[in-house]
Amino acid sequence: MPSELLEVVKPEVESAKETASTTVRPRKTVAPRTDVYESKEQLQFFIDMPGVKQENIDITLDQNILTVRGLVEPSAMPGYRLTYAEHDIADYQRVFTLSNEIERAEIQASINNGVLKLVLPKSKAALPRKIAIQSA
Amino acid sequence: MLQKFVASDLGSSRELELVQQHLNRLFSLSNYAHSEYPLLNVWTSENGAVARAELPGLDPSEVEISLVNDTVTVQGERHCQSGNENQLCHRQERRFGQFSRSLQLPFRVDAEGVQAKFFDGVLEITLPRAESDKARKINVVTE
Repeated sequence: MPSELLEVVKPEVESAKETASTTVRPRKTVAPRTDVYESKEQLQFFIDMPGVKQENIDITLDQNILTVRGLVEPSAMPGYRLTYAEHDIADYQRVFTLSNEIERAEIQASINNGVLKLVLPKSKAALPRKIAIQSA
Repeated sequence: MLQKFVASDLGSSRELELVQQHLNRLFSLSNYAHSEYPLLNVWTSENGAVARAELPGLDPSEVEISLVNDTVTVQGERHCQSGNENQLCHRQERRFGQFSRSLQLPFRVDAEGVQAKFFDGVLEITLPRAESDKARKINVVTE
């Protein structure tokens, strides 16, 4: 299954409005399990969100606060009763504070088999630079 | 309640906070994840059962489902798709490795009718009840 590119980092005003209208849901919210890796050039997030469809993921980056939300559609099982449950049927939400300047225009997000992958390239201005000394 | 007890009776040094954290973790639902993988939800009706397992990041072709009598087993391996030597790991909460999970059902399963679907990291197995196992009405004949 090829991973598809998502629409990332919506304008802040719009996302605030959306959050306000969608948080009232009769559903639990859990923090998804996440791996975070950092290399010289970028930050990588791998977030487990089983059961979340691409269109139900909302990612916002406000200053250095990264918020990831995933809404789970209730699963209708006509004629069946839930008789044994080990995991909640819950929405996902998690907030991360980033310590690096991020190149906002180049953020990439993709979802594949219930794992959201975020690639946040560090800002060029914040990358380490070698400074050459010129002899006078 | 336990939280309150630990906090008030024993004071609040750093070590005790740690103990408290461990206890909280021990009693929380999410701790299930440490003992069993994958987590299962099971729906039932008189005609069979539907089991759902959360397997994010797994390739459906690598999942093996087998059925013996009334027991269905799911096994496979979750590969680590992230991280290399040049990367600094800040957090690793997701689990990787081999897993095997069995579920015994309270009825015999029609092996021919078993279906499995995989979508958005969720595996769904439909297990119909065997026709011979279903409840039958017995008519009383008056003589």
